[in-house]
Amino acid sequence: MPKFNKKKDGGLPAISTASLPDIVFMLLFFFMVVTVMREDNKLVKNKLPDANQVEKLDKKNPISYIYMGEPSSGYINNSSSESENLKVDRIQLNDKLASLEEIAIFISSERAALREETVPFLTVSLKVDKNTNMGIVDDVKQELRKVNALKINYTTGQKEDVLSNMN
Amino acid sequence: MAKRSAPQVNAGSMADIAFLLLIFFLVTTTIEKDTGINRKLPPMEVTDPPKVKQKNIFTVQMRRTNGKDELLVENDYMDIDSKLKMTIEGRVVTVSKLTSDAVKFLDNNGDGSCKYCDGKKDPNSSDNPNKAIIYLENRRETSYGAYITVQNELLQAYNILRNKRALSIGPPNGFSNMNFLQMKLNYKDPRFEGNKEKLKELIDQIKIEYPLKLSEISK
Repeated sequence: MPKFNKKKDGGLPAISTASLPDIVFMLLFFFMVVTVMREDNKLVKNKLPDANQVEKLDKKNPISYIYMGEPSSGYINNSSSESENLKVDRIQLNDKLASLEEIAIFISSERAALREETVPFLTVSLKVDKNTNMGIVDDVKQELRKVNALKINYTTGQKEDVLSNMN
Repeated sequence: MAKRSAPQVNAGSMADIAFLLLIFFLVTTTIEKDTGINRKLPPMEVTDPPKVKQKNIFTVQMRRTNGKDELLVENDYMDIDSKLKMTIEGRVVTVSKLTSDAVKFLDNNGDGSCKYCDGKKDPNSSDNPNKAIIYLENRRETSYGAYITVQNELLQAYNILRNKRALSIGPPNGFSNMNFLQMKLNYKDPRFEGNKEKLKELIDQIKIEYPLKLSEISK
């Protein structure tokens, strides 16, 4: 039976790898589309200032983030009638722009998500754009004092030259 | 039919694939900044402000005129860029004038009660580090970057004094060649092989000897 003899001699056929790149690209695109970075989407401009007397933020303690800065283009409220009003510094809590009054609610919800014994160690990391006015930062600090969230951290980059913060 | 060996997998495109993945992760990854200046806000309870002598207050005011941040130290305009040379821990270091003025003020020791200070004992400056208060006033329109710069320079003044103190009381307690910042780092470091309780005592002692008394107000 010549048919069967032929097959025995044939050895392993070459695996075509021509479609391998396509498969990997398909996987890659799948992950690119599916991946969501857990980090908050920044709706405000957030260029942090630099300092050289910094300490590391202790990751063992719970941290809540409050972002402040000018809203990024695309998140400017166009319905507002006054054009000067568009570039007012805003607060961002979680994934949306918020008003000052919402800070108290935000802190209490952050605390509710924590184990009770870690609540006093909650640190609020203020990620504030360096061109923000101090007014809004002071207002936020007042709000934090009202809800007794006293541990704060002015999150900054680490660089020797601190004068680049000034403009 | 000729005998064929196991075919080679063409790995020529693997590099391209790997680069693509690499670029993807490079673009999407953001390195979170996790350093900063720690502060504790004062509690809300209203207490009567204690009477403080004017000479024990070092005033730093921040103004903003014509879109520029300005600094008033003890009612005199100061350029934040102005630098001075200072001898710190035996080395000559360039620090800003604000830092060096704050160091002089805090370490002045006007009433002579501070045994570890080596200030000038100027009767018109602070009595001792425990009474010395830095008063920082900023306006609503001050930029945050400028505020952080000033905070940083003032904190540096405290750190200079605390480091100096740590280097003088460290060796008798068995912690040689360690300044205050290194002590704090070592205290947090789980691999540190030393007496942590003693180190903590020392850190607390230095914090009491040079307390960070910074009074902030926004106008």
